[in-house]
Amino acid sequence: MQFEKPATTNPIDQLKVVGKPVQRIDGELKTTGRARYAYEWHDPNLPYAYGYPVGSAIAKGQITSIDSAAAKKAPGVLGIVTALDVGNLQKGKLNTANLFGGSVIQHYHQVVAVVVAETFEQARAAAALLKVDYVPEKGAFDLRAEMANAKTPDPSTEPESSVGDFEAAFSTAAVTLDAEYTTPDQSHAMMEPHASIAAWDGDEVTVWTSSQMIDWWRSDFAITLGMDKEKVHLMSPFIGGGFGGKLFLRVDAVLAAFAANAVGRPVKVALPRPMISNNTTHRPATIQRIRIGAERDGKITAIGHESWSGDLPGGGPETAVMQTRLLYAGENRMTAMKLATLDLPEGNAMRAPGEAPGLMALEIAIDEMSEKLGMDPIEFRIKNDTLVDPENPERPFSHRDLIGCLKLGAEKFGWDQRKNPATRREGNWMIGMGVAAAFRNNLVMPSGARVKLDKDGIVTVETDMTDIGTGSYTIIAQTAAEMMGVGVDRVAVQLGDSRFPVSAGSGGQFGANSATSGVYAACVKLREAIASKLGFNSADVLFEDGEVKSGNRVVRLAEAAGVDGLVGEDTIEWGELTKTHQQSTFGGHFVEVGVDVATGETRIRRMLAVCAAGRILNPITARSQVIGAMTMGAGGALSEELAVDTRHGFFVNHDLAGYEVPVHADIPHQEVIFMDETDPYSSPMKAKGVGELGLCGVSAAIANAIYNATGIRVRHYPITLDKLIDELPNVA
Amino acid sequence: MRAFTYERASSVEAAAGAAAQNPDAKFIAGGTNLLDLMKLEIEKPSHLIDVNGLGLDTIEKTQDDGLRIGALVRNTDLAADGTVRRDYGLLSRALVAGASGQLRNKATTAGNLLQRTRCPYFYDPNQACNKRNPGSGCSAIGGITRQLGVVGVSEACLATHPSDMAVAMRALDAVVETVKTDGAKRTIPIADFHRLPGDTPHIESALEHGEFITSVVLPSPVGGKQIYRKVRDRASYAFALVSVAAVIQPDGSGKVAVGGVAHKPWRIEAAEAELPKGAHAMTSALLADARPTEQNRFKISLTERTLGAVLSEAKG
Ligand SMILES: Cc1cc2nc3c(=O)[nH]c(=O)nc-3n(C[C@H](O)[C@H](O)[C@H](O)COP(=O)(O)OP(=O)(O)OC[C@H]3O[C@@H](n4cnc5c(N)ncnc54)[C@H](O)[C@@H]3O)c2cc1C
Ligand code: SF4
Repeated sequence: MQFEKPATTNPIDQLKVVGKPVQRIDGELKTTGRARYAYEWHDPNLPYAYGYPVGSAIAKGQITSIDSAAAKKAPGVLGIVTALDVGNLQKGKLNTANLFGGSVIQHYHQVVAVVVAETFEQARAAAALLKVDYVPEKGAFDLRAEMANAKTPDPSTEPESSVGDFEAAFSTAAVTLDAEYTTPDQSHAMMEPHASIAAWDGDEVTVWTSSQMIDWWRSDFAITLGMDKEKVHLMSPFIGGGFGGKLFLRVDAVLAAFAANAVGRPVKVALPRPMISNNTTHRPATIQRIRIGAERDGKITAIGHESWSGDLPGGGPETAVMQTRLLYAGENRMTAMKLATLDLPEGNAMRAPGEAPGLMALEIAIDEMSEKLGMDPIEFRIKNDTLVDPENPERPFSHRDLIGCLKLGAEKFGWDQRKNPATRREGNWMIGMGVAAAFRNNLVMPSGARVKLDKDGIVTVETDMTDIGTGSYTIIAQTAAEMMGVGVDRVAVQLGDSRFPVSAGSGGQFGANSATSGVYAACVKLREAIASKLGFNSADVLFEDGEVKSGNRVVRLAEAAGVDGLVGEDTIEWGELTKTHQQSTFGGHFVEVGVDVATGETRIRRMLAVCAAGRILNPITARSQVIGAMTMGAGGALSEELAVDTRHGFFVNHDLAGYEVPVHADIPHQEVIFMDETDPYSSPMKAKGVGELGLCGVSAAIANAIYNATGIRVRHYPITLDKLIDELPNVA
Repeated sequence: MRAFTYERASSVEAAAGAAAQNPDAKFIAGGTNLLDLMKLEIEKPSHLIDVNGLGLDTIEKTQDDGLRIGALVRNTDLAADGTVRRDYGLLSRALVAGASGQLRNKATTAGNLLQRTRCPYFYDPNQACNKRNPGSGCSAIGGITRQLGVVGVSEACLATHPSDMAVAMRALDAVVETVKTDGAKRTIPIADFHRLPGDTPHIESALEHGEFITSVVLPSPVGGKQIYRKVRDRASYAFALVSVAAVIQPDGSGKVAVGGVAHKPWRIEAAEAELPKGAHAMTSALLADARPTEQNRFKISLTERTLGAVLSEAKG
């Protein structure tokens, strides 16, 4: 199905099932431990062996030799596959760093070998016996030091934009801000480690893994292994979180395949937690400069945003300036990204890439400007709202309700209670409130599905879509139920299998809207097949209560299916609407913090997000996404930072003790309000993404609340107490 | 993790005897620290002596009105004990500030005292570390040191002792009771139990090989306001950046030990004379010899400010 014109009324608008707070259909499997994650697939008849990876001890250089004699003799060892054994491998299209193979070390903890044994413990013990010699090379590990060498990246990344005369307008503006902000490297820190099992059958391989994007993985797996894609079968029906860390093929799948081939048995490989942050990808650090010029009445006349980030050769920039092209009005504008070569692990997508770190900076800058102007920060944002793409004013937003979010949020949160900076105290707590705009583009991806109707009237959806904890199973079931006129209990959903039609996958908050649209398209096909089989005129057929109705004819779905059943399969494809209209999601984040006047510890007291993200397909799963994202933003604001050892070139705090994500005690009452809206430009579902919106801006709202509490402006994340302590009032 | 042999000790003597026979043997109690370190091959015992069956899990009054805490009393039980809560509230508060409920259910008194540092370089076997690999160098110096020690540090090591419990015990003047492999018993004041790194940071306590902790004794209750204040980046489940354990008497005198700043719970009895003058005077005396790095210099003012808050709370 081509989606070329804004959606008109369609069966989804009935909202009998879609939009309802349906509990996760896979919830019981998860709470009872029966949802099988990658490492847990276990067929008692298969002789699994266990692979344990060995990571490079250096950040850059060459492996000169690998002595595996001792490891080979260790108890239980079945085989060892080293990077030197396999030699250089073709790199997957979407990987920046080589995952495995050859003598070149590009980053710390790059895998140099996998040791395979009868048990996990034996493999781990033998892995420690491997002796690897390296010739280290000097690398570049310090973004600040490399700023001067940073270059404008590939034009395909659209690194620069400019409208009007920014420099002139900024230099003559009545009120100006010119400030630098930094965001650190961050780790996805998902619960489930990267893990795979590979089993060969002749020249075909089945891989159970943890992947957000089945088809991307399958393609890159085939390229890396030098095999025919058709001979690769990938399974990833349950995923314990990804946040972008499982978008692209990872080494565990490659190692499992080589290892299984070497020992002639199925092999399980999981990345040990301490290897994950340096072996896989991370959100790259940024240094950002923001300049804003405004008239005294608050109208922005000049807005400029530049960002520096680093990556391995061949990598891309963290696109931290993108939202600044779209969020606020202003006649004179510029954005620019610069990319430095760094020999740290691969930088790549992490939840809301670009917007998350970009808004961490921009939304502090907006707060600072409001203060310079003596304006309420919500007023300032409203004053500079735009209903068109400010770089391209003939391009309207498909739907934009930032103002609505901010106003409703202000009312619900009690924004009018906000005091001047550093004036509100409760005992030892300095209390402050902060606000920030949330903004994230709505991306769409082609997405396919197959929908079957069987003789019992059961509707089964098959698509390689993934559920990374987001609720894909549930919203897909709701979509099919709505389309076919049945209850969710009559729908079975099968996901994450490469034998199913290729879907959008999970990433960039495009999954829910795209994948349900694909299911919608397939259901339209199935409805046509049913109507045509029954000889009904498909235009006036009704699907409801498990029946197909046309005029005064009524046939039960089960009956219509017949013994052979019926199938509809289709892929949703997207026309020009994303080009003619800017499609984005919006929100307002409101946060209240307390800062301990003695120690500078910041503790969040309450959070509210108001989101305008099109039709909400399921308020329970959507809310989970937003509160999860707010939690991630709390970590980004207050504690998360991969600490770079700029001498040795690696992230030092590479486990969950050292990389501090929020714990329950950090997260107070969280409230989420969804604006009641639809966006017909976005899809037949009239929905948009919401999975990343909740992260966008929230860290800045926390930073602004800390400023309001203490009068101390911190522009460098995370805002730990050491950045406040010297400026806090005396307590003794 | 290396393969190891394992036995369950039937008595304290048997445990000590087993340790005497094997220079690589280690006792295992809750295992919450030892097993993690074995998985990374930071600890490589060839033999484990499981001491969980030895009893030593009671808390009893001593003859001179003190409290004897068995080496195997779980942190959860110790924190919840009525006498501890009433007479040694500091200890109870320090315990519940540490780790998580699940870990405290396993963690023991002796194991907690002997837990090893959380220096990130110590945890990464690729990095040079004098504590893990004597003589190999210290990667932390010149690297990421925000969490590490500011006082009592050496050219060889900047690590801190991560325990909360031990900081409270230091302020409470606890005494560690042990049995050596030859069966000889001795007592070690907590002040002498943990060592400074010097040029042998791998030697962390006064224990000899195979010396077994049977109990920790607290002297008779000292009263006062007992406050444990742990400062950290997140609200729970994190080691202290700085922690202050204080027993403050109505006349303003008191005892103060500080965690998160040194290779041992940091207390200088002489500095306590400054306590009535306030946090600044006291901290200046306590941390007079501090040698912080750029990254952890904040711990000095953090200690002072935290102590200040503790003193106001004690007054309040
Ligand atoms: C995720 C995590 C977070 C944590 N957070 C904190 C925290 O915030 N604050 C804090 O204080 N601690 C924290 N801890 C550490 C925890 O308190 C210790 O792991 C625990 O106290 C160790 O006790 P155990 O009985 O498990 O010791 P084990 O691991 O069994 O043993 C530790 C050491 O003690 C030796 N040993 C044990 N018993 C004896 C004995 N009777 N005589 C002689 N030697 C003995 C062992 O040989 C071993 O060397 C944390 C631990 C983890 C894993
Ligand atoms: S500070 Fe101590 S524990 Fe840390 S690396 Fe240096 S020697 Fe090892």
